[in-house]
Amino acid sequence: MALEEGQQHPIKIYLWIWLLLFVVSFFSYMVDYMNIHGPMRPTLILTFMFVKAGFIIFIFMHMQWERMALKLAILGPPVAILVLIWLMALEGGYTEGTRIDSFGESTFEPQATPHH
Amino acid sequence: MSEAVMDSVAQAPGLEGVAGDFSRDKQVFGVPWGKAMMWIFLLSDTFIFSCFLVSYMSVRITTTDPWPVPSEVFALSFGGDPIPLILIAIMTMILITSSGTMAMAVNMGYRADRKKAFWLLVATALLGASFVGMQAFEWTKLIVEEGVRPWSNPMGAAQFGSSFFMITGFHGMHVSAGVIYLLWVAFRVRSGVYERRGGNYEIVEIAGLYWHFVDLVWVFIFAFFYLW
Repeated sequence: MALEEGQQHPIKIYLWIWLLLFVVSFFSYMVDYMNIHGPMRPTLILTFMFVKAGFIIFIFMHMQWERMALKLAILGPPVAILVLIWLMALEGGYTEGTRIDSFGESTFEPQATPHH
Repeated sequence: MSEAVMDSVAQAPGLEGVAGDFSRDKQVFGVPWGKAMMWIFLLSDTFIFSCFLVSYMSVRITTTDPWPVPSEVFALSFGGDPIPLILIAIMTMILITSSGTMAMAVNMGYRADRKKAFWLLVATALLGASFVGMQAFEWTKLIVEEGVRPWSNPMGAAQFGSSFFMITGFHGMHVSAGVIYLLWVAFRVRSGVYERRGGNYEIVEIAGLYWHFVDLVWVFIFAFFYLW
């Protein structure tokens, strides 16, 4: 049974995933390099991010070949983080609104621009 | 219920197997305990990193000061025009390369090919160390040249500095710890410690889980902090 032998898989799978990770990383860098803005930017960033995360978790970390009990125990709890993100985004929008209402728009003047 | 029925329940795939695994009055996870513990540690680490990233989101939304454009802040010029975000792109590629060598090391470990596993682990650790070196360069540039501090930032929102140092610093610490961990495992692989324990190379896979997680966190940092 696989449990006793550990996770042994053909090297070919790793090489393919490795290559795909490079390609997807290149794409996500291109999002910035090609100055993509507007709604396309977050969409592409998140898509490439989840593809990469999926490859790493399911293939490199062997989650795909683990039993459902372990998958659920490890991948289930992070769903709670989505709730935190949602709540903090709501809260953040509210805080920004009250700041602008009470103190007005920022009067910040950059004292420096990045130099290279 | 007879033994045979119990066994068939316990080995069922998918959701049916979950019920079996949790109810059969044995270890729930059919994996070595070290691996289960590593996964649980990584789960807790996921929450820590998520808290950092969520607080970063929070301050970035709430601040009314302009947020510096990471693409420009992290640009680097090699003589000519500055290339946006290039150092971060190179760091990303290095970490992915190291993830690949790590995956191969795990594979070679299970094949009991000690020599290859050792060198692949050393290569992974070296790539990790070079990542930390680049991060040190990046921090130096930001602190010395741009004047960014955890409490102030001449380019815009002060929260940029605190988020940046906290998130990348904590990640860099993980990478540094991983380099030490991997080197330790590598030398034990070479000296035959695991060979004497009945050729048990699970530890390489467990160390690999940690290393892949470090790469995984970077995927999220890259997306949310550098690209967003």
